[in-house]
Amino acid sequence: MSASQPGAAVSLRAAGRSRRRLRANVAAEASAVAAALIAVGFLAVLVGSVLVRGVHAINLNLFLKGPAVFGQSGGGIAPALVGTLMLVSLATAVALPVGVLVALYASEFAPPRVAGQIRLWLDVLNGFPSIVVGVFVFALAVKTKVPLLGIGHHQSVFAGAFALSIIMLPLVSRTTMEVLALVPAGLREASYALGVSRWRTVLGVVLPSARGGIVTGTTLAVARAAGETAPLLFTCAISGLVVSWNPALSTASIPVTIFQYSESPDRQLNAQAWAAAFVLIAFVLATSLVSRILLERSRRKLGVG
Amino acid sequence: MEAAAASPSALRRTRRLADRLGDDGLRLLTGAAAVLALVLIGGIVAEVVGGAWPAVRRFGLPFVWHGTWNPVFGREAYGARNFVVGTLVTSFGAILLSAPLAVAIGLFLSELAPPAIRAPIAAMVEMLAAVPSVVVGLWGILVLGPFMRSAVEPALQGVLGWIPLFGGTPSQSGVLVAIVVLAMMTIPITASVCRELFLGVPRELREAAVGLGATRWEMVRDVVLHSVRGGVVAGVILGLGRAFGEAIAVTQVIGNNLRSAHLSLFATGNTLASQVAASYQGAGSSLEVSSLVYLALILLAITFAANLAAQRIVHRFDVRQRGGR
Repeated sequence: MSASQPGAAVSLRAAGRSRRRLRANVAAEASAVAAALIAVGFLAVLVGSVLVRGVHAINLNLFLKGPAVFGQSGGGIAPALVGTLMLVSLATAVALPVGVLVALYASEFAPPRVAGQIRLWLDVLNGFPSIVVGVFVFALAVKTKVPLLGIGHHQSVFAGAFALSIIMLPLVSRTTMEVLALVPAGLREASYALGVSRWRTVLGVVLPSARGGIVTGTTLAVARAAGETAPLLFTCAISGLVVSWNPALSTASIPVTIFQYSESPDRQLNAQAWAAAFVLIAFVLATSLVSRILLERSRRKLGVG
Repeated sequence: MEAAAASPSALRRTRRLADRLGDDGLRLLTGAAAVLALVLIGGIVAEVVGGAWPAVRRFGLPFVWHGTWNPVFGREAYGARNFVVGTLVTSFGAILLSAPLAVAIGLFLSELAPPAIRAPIAAMVEMLAAVPSVVVGLWGILVLGPFMRSAVEPALQGVLGWIPLFGGTPSQSGVLVAIVVLAMMTIPITASVCRELFLGVPRELREAAVGLGATRWEMVRDVVLHSVRGGVVAGVILGLGRAFGEAIAVTQVIGNNLRSAHLSLFATGNTLASQVAASYQGAGSSLEVSSLVYLALILLAITFAANLAAQRIVHRFDVRQRGGR
């Protein structure tokens, strides 16, 4: 614009094309900042409403009592807490060793092409819809009897934990692989140079240095499994009113309870769903925070070592 | 140290045996675990195909685009069209909302944010991914839904009401609510892929562009986005795969209505995953069960294709990036 005024002093302000470019730049930067704000806003609103509504509904009875008999008020989610505890511990007991072994095979023993395939298929398994995992376990262990274990024909903690372990396996395995890849080759070579055999090197040198990563992967997987609903819907969703410690029977769990109560027209059950969501989200966010810190620490340790 | 104490030859002999057994044993054990994992994947696919087989034989491929779903005994007829359409509409709608946001977040975290707030915001975005879907659904049904009905949907209708998509009556559960909920769930997935990709673009390339007089946005557009565009697409597809397969949150907010052939986004609907989640347990006849598993099979095929494509691109990308440096 200043170019259209002959005789005016030379302006240092951007004009014409460069002004357009600068404007485009400002617009693009502003929208990136706005997008980040929206994402953070989503999290804030989500966690905020769970906090506000959850805190109101939390009381001691919630953790100590079972659901109220129909028509009565009060009641709690104690059976669901116990159920989730059992489900997640059993699932971890299966997924942790298998996941670590798969990772060890892929990064220590398998030829590179095979290792790449294993990695790819674990990622594919991680992308499987969890509802399909539920259908699979229902068909395998609920509809028919598992001949080896003699469980089945009804929903059970075993079936639910099996479904959750399928969800956990790729998470544990992939994180472990990532950390195993960070273990310096020098450590292995030093061990071989001392005449230590391969298996003792793997178990005595490689695995201990990757311990941090394995813990991280497991915590991440536990956080994920604790909140999974879809795999439990057909495998472990029928529940009674009292705490049950028997893994051969079906039990309530936190996510399924939230799912059922959220669709209830009863406001009191809605409130309990918020309280359960509060407990769940606090657990999940705390564990994923811890796992992030652990991962950073083990990365730094391996980066230095 | 031990070698000095024990007789060397005896030690060598025992160690050789233990090591040979140990090496082979550990290789076998870990290999067995890997085979188990692959068998598990194969087993899931086989079980779903097997469960769907009666419906596949009865209806064949036309099942996919057949529009009726009638479980009434004697007049049973099943077709997946409404659910396929519902899955595609909700997922692509969610991606339409989330992809630009996620790319912008990735750019913010890699290019713009001051170092001090970079890590906390990246952590918060990843925490959004960690929120269980049932909690997102709870929020969707009790907070977002009423808000959409009373505020967002009337406003949309006021401006865009002439488009059939925004016609109909605003409601607190429906396709649009599902789209927003799915968008929230896919943002962190795409955003973290984008962030990693953008951070991987070599510093010299950026500096060269800025040195040639490019503004920051031009540098981002022509250098950063241009060099990782395949990876960004892969990140979006990963989000899409998640949206396809999400059952719980969608079931909570979409209303699970069988008559989902409306054009309106405000109307209730259904997706492949939500239909399986809502009806599998209570299904009556074996044909209905099998038809539901057929829906799961279609879902599995779609997500499988999406994930495989995305993984292929991402893997190739890693290799190319590392090879280039």
